[in-house]
Amino acid sequence: MIFQPAIIALLLAAGLSLAMLLIAAPFAAQVIRHWDIASGSERQLRLERLTYLFSTLVAFVCLIQILAALLFVFNADKMSVMFVGAMCAVGALNVNEFGFPALYLQLALFFLAALWLALNHADSRARDYPLVKLKYALLLAAIPLFAASLALQMQYFLGLKADVITSCCGSMFSADAPTLASEVGALAPGPAFIVFYGAIGAAVGLAAWHWRRRDDLSGYATGLGALAAFVACIAGILAFVSLYIYEHPNHHCPFCILKPDYEYRGYGLYIPLFAAAAAGMSAGVLRLFARRPSLAQVVPPLTARLAATAAIGYVAFALIASLMIWQSKLILIE
Amino acid sequence: MLELTNIRKAFNQGRHNEYWALSGIDLAIPERKVTALRGPSGSGKTTLLTILGCLARPTEGRVRLKGEDISGLPERFLTEIRRQTFGFIFQQFNLIRGLSAIENVVLPAYPTGRPRKVLLERAEALLADVNLGHRRDAKVEWLSGGEQQRVAICRALINDPEALIADEPTANLDTKLSKEFLGILERLAASGRTIILTSHDPMVVESAVVDHVVTLRDGQIVDEK
Amino acid sequence: MNTWIEKQRHLIDFTVASLARRKGKNLGLLSIYGLLVFVLASVALYTHALRAEATKVLAGTPEIVLQRLVAGRHDLIPPGYIERIGRIRGVQKKEGRLWGYYYDSVVKANYTFMVAPGMKIARGEIVVGPALERSRGLAAGNGISFRSYSGELHTFIVADVLPQSSELVSADLVLMHEEDFRAFFKYPEGHYTDVALSVANPQEIKNVAVKLMNALPDSRPILRDEVLRTYASIFDWREGIMLALLAAAILAFGILAWEKAAGLSAEEKREIGILKAIGWETGDVIKMKFWEGLLISLLAFLLGYIAAYLHVFHADAVLFEPVLKGWAVLYPRFTLTPHIDGLQIATLFFFTVFPYTAAVLVPIWRAATTDPDTVMRG
Ligand SMILES: Nc1ncnc2c1ncn2[C@@H]1O[C@H](COP(=O)(O)OP(=O)(O)OP(=O)(O)O)[C@@H](O)[C@H]1O
Ligand SMILES: [Mg+2]
Repeated sequence: MIFQPAIIALLLAAGLSLAMLLIAAPFAAQVIRHWDIASGSERQLRLERLTYLFSTLVAFVCLIQILAALLFVFNADKMSVMFVGAMCAVGALNVNEFGFPALYLQLALFFLAALWLALNHADSRARDYPLVKLKYALLLAAIPLFAASLALQMQYFLGLKADVITSCCGSMFSADAPTLASEVGALAPGPAFIVFYGAIGAAVGLAAWHWRRRDDLSGYATGLGALAAFVACIAGILAFVSLYIYEHPNHHCPFCILKPDYEYRGYGLYIPLFAAAAAGMSAGVLRLFARRPSLAQVVPPLTARLAATAAIGYVAFALIASLMIWQSKLILIE
Repeated sequence: MLELTNIRKAFNQGRHNEYWALSGIDLAIPERKVTALRGPSGSGKTTLLTILGCLARPTEGRVRLKGEDISGLPERFLTEIRRQTFGFIFQQFNLIRGLSAIENVVLPAYPTGRPRKVLLERAEALLADVNLGHRRDAKVEWLSGGEQQRVAICRALINDPEALIADEPTANLDTKLSKEFLGILERLAASGRTIILTSHDPMVVESAVVDHVVTLRDGQIVDEK
Repeated sequence: MNTWIEKQRHLIDFTVASLARRKGKNLGLLSIYGLLVFVLASVALYTHALRAEATKVLAGTPEIVLQRLVAGRHDLIPPGYIERIGRIRGVQKKEGRLWGYYYDSVVKANYTFMVAPGMKIARGEIVVGPALERSRGLAAGNGISFRSYSGELHTFIVADVLPQSSELVSADLVLMHEEDFRAFFKYPEGHYTDVALSVANPQEIKNVAVKLMNALPDSRPILRDEVLRTYASIFDWREGIMLALLAAAILAFGILAWEKAAGLSAEEKREIGILKAIGWETGDVIKMKFWEGLLISLLAFLLGYIAAYLHVFHADAVLFEPVLKGWAVLYPRFTLTPHIDGLQIATLFFFTVFPYTAAVLVPIWRAATTDPDTVMRG
């Protein structure tokens, strides 16, 4: 194990999140069992008060997950000097088989927490709190995921050995490596361009449609569109956006763009991208509950707003990416 | 304006010291009238007032505000309704020490997010209305009892509520100040506000301003006129 | 949106006023919080700067150093050994180096005696590092005598003192002429301590090392990059240990924060009760307390970090130089190059703000959910 402050901080964050959820678990179970909104009994009043604690707690955990995901990548990048063959985060994450799963789970937890907060937001605006049991069931269901996140990070950090020779972005995303990432990286720039801008255009269009129509179909479409566009955008970053930033025809790497060598431009891409994806997907999920009587007035304006956020986020992302491509000296397509 | 049906309220429910402070109250509060609750100490006046003013939820029974059933509403929505509909004047005035008179007056409007400038203008007008314009920046702990109560009245009016709720408003005032308070009460009633108050003080309960007197004993209504 | 912003402004206004009303308590919390940030940030900044310094120094050393092993122990390079390396593609230069340690019983410290490559030093003269200048009160032109391991007394004239810049490594250096070195240590003629090889292309280094191992099976090539990695992990390790020890302090701080928040004074509880009675919602009170925590945290963080910055870069980290550096009697004394690092700030934030927030969450919630009707009852 490499004993480093950032690593301890990450483990602390994962542990703290898990501990808070574990402490909250029995109360969540109580809410699920005894919730009765019509009652004015003291127990019900107590449970209602508990819901404030939970929303604050989950908001806090969500914040921790966002920052921890950033810190995780940031730290992996810094650690790369310690491993032979590692030039950036990819190399450090590849040191053992737990690096990438830990990162993916971290990102998944971010999206889950964001979805939960969207549900919570809608629920707490409906006078009878219609989603309360669902919310707390989800919370209980998420606890194993948080535990898994902590376990994966532990495994990853415990398994770090400085003398390991690892493979970095050069081999992982290069055309001849047998990985999915490399297949994406090897996409010809032409088709990749079309998929990238096509998916963003579709997501923005669907979101705009939902903003106007505010119905179920457009809502679900917005959610799926946002998810698809997220995948397409990550693929696009791998396939060509990163090349333009590095001004190098073969350097496909989604992490190096976060480095100071490239003026931290990656953050300019990822922040709008993640915000847009989270907002769009939340709109789709919330739409599932639009038919509940007490939510009928709450959900439509909320999903419309989320759709607008997603559209703005994707447009911002596309503009920033295009600007970076335009400013680059690299020429991929004549 | 408010209708209560079969309201019961328990404290320490399910424990050995369970106590039913209200046991079966049916009551209608008329709009734009002054209603007074009276009764011996411990009869449940304050408890009833908290339910009428949406400060607390009844353990059983229904509360209707202008026809809408609000008895099962969670605190979040109850607070919103309370903020828009009711202004409160407490026996101990309950001003926040260390803040000036005008800061205290604008406090209930903070959660509404109205611009500060608008709030300060309104607060100033309200203070001037009760002859306190010159004391606006004085810390409340330096004000006399009567002045403190007038600040509390202004605070109750900042959100322009339809109804005012006052618990023992004259208990901490001498006769002269009580008379002054009744004067203000008269003006407020004349401006079309619904007023609900509790009092031991015969001067208040029997004054001409009060339209409707409800007498409580042991958590039940024994007389209404 | 506008109402939202306006509302947050109101809440912040109220929070600032309420912080000012309880100066004593909040200043106490702020100073303890700031102190914690100060200590943590000092550790982080200091080790970080040391590491940067070491990296800078190593940047000037050869890419590969070749040692000869006899029975697994470092031994002298015999004559003709260097020639046996032969020509290896990528190696620009190879030369034998002479260096050794000397224990000075007068000040009870170890010096590194070395023949300076590429530096002209006349016989009988030496160039010393700044630490010697300080501990033995030496200046250019002075004479100094060392008793060699064979018992003879050798006298040298100090020709020059090395500059301060890279003091961490050069502090205890004594540079001398090759003949003097061999005479002082009775070093056999034609033998060397090790061999330095410079390799221009960093990608070649591994290949060169493999070829060296093949050509000279009794040799051990040491790569500069490996040393760098070892250094990095040693510094990280020290820093980590320090931080782990400080975790206890963080825990104590968390408990303190919990108590501060849980032990809201009667006055504060009454205030929250009043706010709730006059129309504030539980969420509003939590938000207000959130702004309060944020203001205190940011202020403490800023103050602590700035103080740590001054402490490390302008006061030479006086407070814990001995703890962290502590491997030599001769402390290198040098001004570290100021450096601020994003990861480091993020890490510090995790170590301080998160435990604080986690600790005050429940007490704040408990206070915020006071029944709004409590103020109606004396
Ligand atoms: N939080 C509580 N827990 C337990 N008992 C309570 C609580 N609040 C009130 N009670 C009880 O409920 C009864 C009614 O109280 P309430 O304050 O309504 O009386 P009241 O008519 O306002 O009396 P007073 O004229 O003295 O103000 C009292 O016996 C009181 O002890
Ligand atoms: Mg009472």
